[in-house]
Amino acid sequence: MDTFLAQCLSGLATGGVYASLALALVMIHQATRLVNFAQGELAMFSTYIAWSLIQAGVPYWPAFALTLALSFAAGLLIERVVLRPVRGAPALSMVVIFIGLLVILNSVAGWIYSYTVRPFPSPFPPEPPFGQHYVSSHDLGAIGVTIAVLLLVYAFFRFTTLGLAMRAAAQNPESARLAGIRVGWMRALGWGLATAIGAVAGMMVAPIVFLDPNMMSGVLLYAFAAALIGGIDNPFGAVFGGFFVGVLENLLGAYAIGQELKLTLALVVIIAVLVVKPAGLFGRTLVKRV
Amino acid sequence: MDELLRVEGLQAWYGATQVLHGIDFAVAAGSVTALLGANGAGKTTTLRALCGMVTTRGAIVFDGERIGGRAPEEVARRGVAHVPDGRGTFLDLTTEENLRVGGFTRGGRRALAADIERMYGYFPRLGERRAQQAGTLSGGEQQMLAIARALMLRPRLLLLDEPSFGLAPKVVAGIFEILREINREAGVAMLLVEQNAAMALDLADHAFLLETGRIAMRGEARALRDDAAVRRAYLGY
Amino acid sequence: MRAENLPGPALPTWKWAGLAALLAALCALPFLLSNFSVFQLTLVMAYAIVLVGLNMLTGYNGQISLGHGAFYAIGAYAAAILMDRYGVAYWMTLPVAAAVCLAAGFLFGLPALRLEGPYLALATFGLAVALPQLLKHKSLEQWTGGVQGITILKPDPPFGLPINADQWLYFFALAVAIVMFALARNLLRGRIGRAMVAIRDNPIAAEAMGIDIALYKSLTFGVSAMFTGVGGALGAIAVQFVAPDSFNVFLSIAFLVGIVVGGLASLQGAIYGALFIQFVPNLADRVSRAAPWAIYGIMVILFMYLAPGGVAGIVHRISRTWKRRKT
Repeated sequence: MDTFLAQCLSGLATGGVYASLALALVMIHQATRLVNFAQGELAMFSTYIAWSLIQAGVPYWPAFALTLALSFAAGLLIERVVLRPVRGAPALSMVVIFIGLLVILNSVAGWIYSYTVRPFPSPFPPEPPFGQHYVSSHDLGAIGVTIAVLLLVYAFFRFTTLGLAMRAAAQNPESARLAGIRVGWMRALGWGLATAIGAVAGMMVAPIVFLDPNMMSGVLLYAFAAALIGGIDNPFGAVFGGFFVGVLENLLGAYAIGQELKLTLALVVIIAVLVVKPAGLFGRTLVKRV
Repeated sequence: MDELLRVEGLQAWYGATQVLHGIDFAVAAGSVTALLGANGAGKTTTLRALCGMVTTRGAIVFDGERIGGRAPEEVARRGVAHVPDGRGTFLDLTTEENLRVGGFTRGGRRALAADIERMYGYFPRLGERRAQQAGTLSGGEQQMLAIARALMLRPRLLLLDEPSFGLAPKVVAGIFEILREINREAGVAMLLVEQNAAMALDLADHAFLLETGRIAMRGEARALRDDAAVRRAYLGY
Repeated sequence: MRAENLPGPALPTWKWAGLAALLAALCALPFLLSNFSVFQLTLVMAYAIVLVGLNMLTGYNGQISLGHGAFYAIGAYAAAILMDRYGVAYWMTLPVAAAVCLAAGFLFGLPALRLEGPYLALATFGLAVALPQLLKHKSLEQWTGGVQGITILKPDPPFGLPINADQWLYFFALAVAIVMFALARNLLRGRIGRAMVAIRDNPIAAEAMGIDIALYKSLTFGVSAMFTGVGGALGAIAVQFVAPDSFNVFLSIAFLVGIVVGGLASLQGAIYGALFIQFVPNLADRVSRAAPWAIYGIMVILFMYLAPGGVAGIVHRISRTWKRRKT
């Protein structure tokens, strides 16, 4: 019973990371129908930026905020500069471009920072809270940060006019244009936001898995599984999916399939959802029948 | 005539197919102009051409400024609101959110509140359903919502694409009444594309008849409506 | 990306002469270069076979795979296990690898049928990311050798021929490559090739014409995997070593880079692509460990923007302009 609770709680912590990354994936997919294979590497690169800032002496939370701002700007730039010229290109071209981005980000990070595995600081104290031994301070803190970020994003989209315009532009770009909304810029904003959310995921997971250019490939896979489970056009589904996958991964890893097959589990989930119920638990159908 | 919109030699293409073969017309400020014609004549294409939604050649001058070739969102920001065929409702947003989207370029929440109330004044049914998801509104209500959403732009020219489509006659009559009221009170000029020629001619000041991408007939709406020979030959009633 | 380079009708005489000259040159090479260069060229041929396979699936048939490294790994491990655990002769491992991968590809192709572009890419991406972990699993260790992998011995030249093992392997690979390319050319030139392209360009019309889409798509997957598996087996024999971490997602990505740079839907493209992915890392590695991948990424994006037909497309355009100037 002890381990079960501990596994659940640490599962929720990593689940929060998956939820954030899955939310970023869903935000981009909802607006553009694109699968952003580079989401993980973007998050990894943001985390390295944070690390550089911290190494330069910037205290943690200001570095965190600055990283979010820089990641937002980077996401916006990528949409306007790299993606805008190829709007409407066939699926293969888009996949190739995203893979190209993935590979460039991965190698540039490796070049600038080398491939040595590094520790990444956690803003939370090393002793577990309240003297218990089920969950570390970082895990609890990560859950808190994730939930805070998700609530902020929700509030932005639900209650602000700009958030409303972005939702409108994603749902019905033509009608949004007729209302005077510059849909291209709304997409760029969406990209900026998604990249910033990914940065949060990276900074929360780095203390657990340690910082290295390849740290996000497994996380990305779980995030994809989470986004698909929740319904790849449903942000709430993505968040639910993230926590669900986190806990499931931990429990199955501890009790059923062992630590070594966790990625295979993610793969199985992805294929199962795509083949059996492509709309996920909460989404709309996305697969065309031939 | 105080010209708000002037179109000269307008040609338009859907992909590779040329739909408009050079049309000329003008819309006076504050007036209602009907654009009539059978299916496939090019009526919807004309509205889309004005908004930059299709490839065009020729001059489109709105309030002294050439708007041909501008992106739809830029045309909208200059005061041309388009109520598209199919209504273009944001189905997943609520009624009120639809209106807020319509007024996005005019300011934030508080600035729009008064405008939104004015819309509910014109369309009380929308006020009753303000928190309801727009996709669940009836056809007539969605049409009203589309018009209200377009009016949130505070346009000087309102383009309407077949507002009567798929609606019961009584509902259509109600909507046209409101359009007349809006035209009189707010002085919004309207370019009305309609297959229902009778109702359109009732509301309009001027009318044009499109036939396969060219203007076949033009004149005062009243004259066309009263001339039985013209009506029978061109408008089928 | 249009269906240009479906291999055309039989070659004119001067093209046969050109091929014969090329073949002669290829046969002379191993005696002019160092053993290491010969080894590299052998790998190029293995990769070229792989890229033909991937190109069939992605270039001609439009199914995007980010997971072909998995089929390469299956072929490589099949060869290694057969040679190391069961003492099977090296040349026998190729047909076995082919058969196993044909089946595996077909089976994977079945659920993949319903998946459109990016979603199929996603599923295969998952396969590529998950594979190394799966290969390292304890339950498979007795066959796969776990993390340490399997080492195999380079085969000796038969009949006591006066060449060294590297040179022999080169000729063996060359022979296999010629056979595989000829097989591919026949497949693509005929009804199957046309059906594949039809499915890529307009699936609804293809179905209306009576093409059994499900069957063809799964078959294409299977055949594509088969080619890749043969390349994998060859590659394993050349490198003499298989280990889980060599078959990570970056291998699959390298294959995709290969066909994009080489030229989608082009048999020649497989050769240009194989040369690219073999030699760019060699040259770029001297700059930094990260450089090859940065180059891959930049090249692949540039090609998508500027030269979607790849190197083969550029060659085709040059040869067309040259022919036009002659007439």
